Amino acid sequence: MSMFSFFRRPSQTRSAETARDRLQILLAHERTGRATPDVLPLLQREIIEVIERHMKVGGDSVDIKIERGDDLSMLEINIELPGATTLAGSAST
Amino acid sequence: MRGHKTVVIDFDVGLRNLDVIMGCERRVVFDFINVIQGEARLNQALIKDRRLDNLSILAASQTRDKDALTREGVEKVLDELSGQYEYIICDSPAGIEWGAHLAMYFADEAIVVTNPEVSSVRDSDRVLGLLSSKTRRAEKGDGTVKSHLLLTRYDENRAAKGEMMKIEDVEEILSIPLLGIIPESPAVLRASNVGAPVIFEERSNAAKAYSDAVSRLVGEQLEMRIQPAERPSLFQRLLRRTA
Repeated sequence: MSMFSFFRRPSQTRSAETARDRLQILLAHERTGRATPDVLPLLQREIIEVIERHMKVGGDSVDIKIERGDDLSMLEINIELPGATTLAGSAST
Repeated sequence: MRGHKTVVIDFDVGLRNLDVIMGCERRVVFDFINVIQGEARLNQALIKDRRLDNLSILAASQTRDKDALTREGVEKVLDELSGQYEYIICDSPAGIEWGAHLAMYFADEAIVVTNPEVSSVRDSDRVLGLLSSKTRRAEKGDGTVKSHLLLTRYDENRAAKGEMMKIEDVEEILSIPLLGIIPESPAVLRASNVGAPVIFEERSNAAKAYSDAVSRLVGEQLEMRIQPAERPSLFQRLLRRTA
């Protein structure tokens, strides 16, 4: 910390730049695909259908998240596969 | 105030407020919905402003549901008004629901009013999207609705300190031409308290800014200037301290 930092404005007062940057990213996404959030439930259902052709998974075991970034966005799909014990349990019933 | 015959219509059905802002709340007998449903004639519902001869107000209904507005009904009223008035100002409710939809649907030009605040700017962007797709002009393909940006509650000092988005920031994000910058001003609340438009408080900076915006809207070329914040004079400050 330099001795002059005492005189500098604390960073929290320059929040206008943060506001502008957040808006620019947000609106860039909203303008390209206004329907993006609606696609996710559809995607989730179709992914489950594909997986269920090959193995048994429940509807609750698929978790879809999206993280919108400046340069790229990340779509995270988490599928929980049932363990051997639950499989054995469900097979016996 | 410029001599153009003008009518203002409140589209906020159920949350009528144009009447109190304009100070004619005690003279509302019939409203926009009454006219649409044929319960009153248009000229019975139009309220003449007491300050300006060529200004009329058409109040929204306070009790009906917004679904009482029909597109055909609105079109009929607007057609009738356009025979008598040069400017028809449709005061849209905030949001993107039916009332706002109809307020923008028949528009030739739009004024998008925004605060330098994230939620306001984001919503304005959405409204601009609707203006370019969900209006008669857009649907019929005969040109676009010309949109203007009116930035309100702007505080130059806070923008200089980096606490508020700058005019250029908002302009760049929304990318529509700027019609005016209205500074944050105590005169605005004073004006709404007494039911007189702030533009009549001629000495206030907000009135000057609104007046500039009107000039630009009617086609005058005017340099964009930010009205300096109202500073109490030394004398006023001394008075306030002793009061």
